[in-house]
Amino acid sequence: MPNADLAAVWLTLKLATVVTLLLLLVGTPIAWWLARTRSRLKGVVGALVAMPLVLPPTVIGFYLLVAMGPHGPVGRLTEALGIGLLPFTFPGLVIASVIYSLPFVVQPIHNAFGAVGERPLEVAATLRASPWDAFWSVAVPLARPGFISGAILGFAHTVGEFGVVLMIGGNIPAQTRVVSVQIYDHVEALEYTQAHWLAGGMLLFSFVVLLGLYTFNPARRKAP
Amino acid sequence: MTSEIRARFRVDRNDFTVDVDLTLPGSGVTALFGPSGSGKTTCLRAMAGLERAPEGLFALGDTVWQDEARGHFVPTHKRALGMVFQEASLFPHLSVRGNMEFGQKRASTAGKHFALPAVAELLGIGHLLERMPTLLSGGERQRVAIARALLAAPRILLMDEPLAGLDHKRKLEILPYLERLHRELAIPVIYVSHAPDEVARLADHLVLLDRGNAIASGPLNTVLSRIDLPATFADDAGVVIEAAVAEHEADDLTRLVFPGGHIYVSRRDAAIGSSVRCRILARDVSLALIRQTQASILNCVNAIVVDLAATETPGQVLVRLDVAGSPLLARITRRSVNRLAICPGLALHAQIKSVALLG
Repeated sequence: MPNADLAAVWLTLKLATVVTLLLLLVGTPIAWWLARTRSRLKGVVGALVAMPLVLPPTVIGFYLLVAMGPHGPVGRLTEALGIGLLPFTFPGLVIASVIYSLPFVVQPIHNAFGAVGERPLEVAATLRASPWDAFWSVAVPLARPGFISGAILGFAHTVGEFGVVLMIGGNIPAQTRVVSVQIYDHVEALEYTQAHWLAGGMLLFSFVVLLGLYTFNPARRKAP
Repeated sequence: MTSEIRARFRVDRNDFTVDVDLTLPGSGVTALFGPSGSGKTTCLRAMAGLERAPEGLFALGDTVWQDEARGHFVPTHKRALGMVFQEASLFPHLSVRGNMEFGQKRASTAGKHFALPAVAELLGIGHLLERMPTLLSGGERQRVAIARALLAAPRILLMDEPLAGLDHKRKLEILPYLERLHRELAIPVIYVSHAPDEVARLADHLVLLDRGNAIASGPLNTVLSRIDLPATFADDAGVVIEAAVAEHEADDLTRLVFPGGHIYVSRRDAAIGSSVRCRILARDVSLALIRQTQASILNCVNAIVVDLAATETPGQVLVRLDVAGSPLLARITRRSVNRLAICPGLALHAQIKSVALLG
C-alpha cells in the first residue's frame, strides 16, 4: 500500500478515536439531561442534536466553514485567542466531526438512561448514594450497552464521513486527507486498484464493526 | 430509641389530597393500611424524602429530616433510613453481596448495628451471596432487598408493600422473616400494606388511611376493635390477641392463655410460655346468654357488651365486647340482637368458632 494511503488510514483512525472520546465526554451529559429533564427545552435540544441525521453533510460543513472562517463568530474568537483559523486543520476536522456524529452517540446513551428509569436511582439514594455517586455506581453501569453502542456507532460514523470533511477539511495530506477522501482522489485519477484496496477495507471494517455490535452487545436486561 | 416519630404531609395528587398529621411510636411496627389510592405510598415516599411535600414535617425524635416551616429538608441520601420497595429493585449489575454492601459501604460507621453475615443469617440468604439477582426467586430477591436496607444502618425502616408482588407461597416464605425482624429489630418500622392478614400478623400500631386522610391511628387492637369506622376491613373485621402457650394437650390441642381466659387451637410446636398472636374475626364469634355445654364449639369466654354498630351488610350488626380488658368483636344479625336484647353493659358468653394463629 502506498504511503499516502497508509497516512490516510492512520489519520482516519486518529480522527475517529479522538472524536469518539470527545463525543462520550460531551454526549453523556446531554443524554443524561435529555433522559431526566422535564424542561420545555427538551424538545428543542433533542431536535438540535438529531439534526445531523437528516441534513446533507455538505450543509453542516458549509455552515461550519462559514462559522469558523475569518468572518464567522467562531473564527473571530479563535483568532482573538491566538489559535488561528480552524478550517483545513485537524482540530477543525475534529470539531466538525463531533457535531456531525453527535446523534449517533447521544441517542443510544439517552435510550439506555431512559431504560434504567427512576427506581434504581431512588434505591441508591435510600442507600446513601449522592446523585453524583449514584450516576457513576448505578446509572452508568446499567446503561453500559448504550455506551458501547454509542461509542461504536460514533467511531464508525466518523470513519465513514466524507461531505463534512470535504467542506471543512479540504484535502491536505496527513492533516485532513482521510480514507474516504483518498478513495475519491484515487477514483478521480482512475487508480481503481488502489481505490479497491481502501474501499474494500472500509467495507470489511464496517461489516466487522456492525457484526460486533449486533453479536456481542447484550440486550438490555430489565432490572429485577 | 423510644423517641416518637412526627409526620405531617400535605401533597396534592390529581384526584385527591394526601393530608396527614401523625405521631407514631418510636419502636415496633406501624402499619399504614388502606385501599390502593389512599395515599399510603405517597406518605412513605415523603418520609423517605423521595418526594418533597410542601408544608411537610418529618422528625425522628430529635432528628428533624424535614421542616418546611424553617425551609429545612434533608435529601434522601443523607437520611439514615432503609427502604424496601414493592419490587425488590436489586441492582442487576451487582451480586447479592455487592447489593448488600452497597449501602453498608456508604453508611456512617456510627450507626452500624449489623454485620453482613448476621443479617444474611437472619434473612436466610447466606447461601446466595455470590449469585446474581437475576438468578433469584421473587421471595429471595425481596429478602436480599430487606437485608440490603438493614445493612445501611437505618434508624427507621420503611417498607412499601414488600409482599404485594409475590404469590401466596412466597408470601408465606417471607412472613416468618418479617416476624423475626419484628422481634429482633430495635428500630421502628413503617409498613405499608393493603392486606389485613399482614397487618394483623406484623403491626403493633395501625394507621388507617382513606382518600389521603388518616381516619384512625392507635395501637393495633384499639383501632381494629373500633366499630365506628367505615367498612375498612369489611368481612375481615376482627381483633388480634397476644396469647401465651400454656399447655399441649394429649388430643392434639394447644391451650393458649390470655387475660380474658383460655382458647384452644390445633396443636402447635411452640415452646410452653412463648407468646403467639392469634386473630379472631368478628364473623367467627357468636353470642349466647347461657353458657353452652352441649355444643361443639370449644372456645367460649365471658364478655361484656361495650357497644353496637350497624355494618355495611343489611341486617348485620357489629358488637364490641370487653373480655377482661381485651377487646373482641362479634358480627351477628339484628334479629339476634333484638331477640336476646343485647345492649351495652350486658354480660354474656362469646363463642369463638375459629382462631387463626399468626406465625
